[in-house]
Amino acid sequence: MIASIAFYLFATLTIAPALAVIFARNPVHSVLWLIVAFFNSAGLMLLLGAEFIAMLVVIVYVGAVAVLFLFVVMMLDIDFASLRSGFTRNLPFGIIIALVLLAEIIIAVSAWQAGPALSGHNVAATTQPNIVALGQLLYSRYLFPFEIAGLILLVAMVGAIVLTHRRRHDTRPQKVWKQVARRPDEAVKVLDPGVGEGMKL
Amino acid sequence: MIGLAHYLTVAAILFTIGVLGIFLNRRNVILMLMAIELILLAVNINLVAFSAYLGDLTGQVLAMFVLTVAAAEAAIGLAILVIFFRRRGSIAVDDATRMHG
Repeated sequence: MIASIAFYLFATLTIAPALAVIFARNPVHSVLWLIVAFFNSAGLMLLLGAEFIAMLVVIVYVGAVAVLFLFVVMMLDIDFASLRSGFTRNLPFGIIIALVLLAEIIIAVSAWQAGPALSGHNVAATTQPNIVALGQLLYSRYLFPFEIAGLILLVAMVGAIVLTHRRRHDTRPQKVWKQVARRPDEAVKVLDPGVGEGMKL
Repeated sequence: MIGLAHYLTVAAILFTIGVLGIFLNRRNVILMLMAIELILLAVNINLVAFSAYLGDLTGQVLAMFVLTVAAAEAAIGLAILVIFFRRRGSIAVDDATRMHG
């Protein structure tokens, strides 16, 4: 009973903010609704017993991706009102297409007969915590894909930095190579002036 | 009793909302990227639901990889968006037609 209530709560609070994301006038509100949707989908995953993925959704999606979106939306001075032209023109046709797609998916899901493994009865009870089991799988059978995932993140990071880096000409930065290449015999000139010749008044 | 079909329905609705978002906000790249994130979230819910109901953790491992790719895609997409805005002063997709040739 309580699980059903929790499911419908999380499902409603995932779907309604998702609708608000695409219909909100202000993109900042869109990002905030996106955060609400991510939190509640993490709740759905918790109900399924996938604790690690739920925490990962909160950390990665809310903590990194949504904040990145928020950062970009607030940093760029964009005229969003002009970008909404065509929104109402596309609306009826878009909703028709969305309803057709949704009906298709739901018919496919409900027409498909669940196999014996999917009835949820014969699943063996887990003897170890979710995160322990996931870690053992990840570091044994899926070690290579795991490393590749790390490589993808590295490439994405380097790519984002290279793409957005710009060289500015109006600043006078420290020239490190010159400082490193200095040697004492070039830097200091030793003079031996006679008495009274060192400076002129 | 909440079954697999309930989770699949939620994921299907979320997926459809994402597709609708891409269709409706065809000029706004930021909203398109957010809609893509919604679609990937729907895929993740599907993967986790199947993983839970099959008693097989592979689905959760795959969900983690989907999450990784989603994060990388958001970073690269927003970086491209920032340099596009810097060049054009706008993020309308129509302006991107000047890129060819």
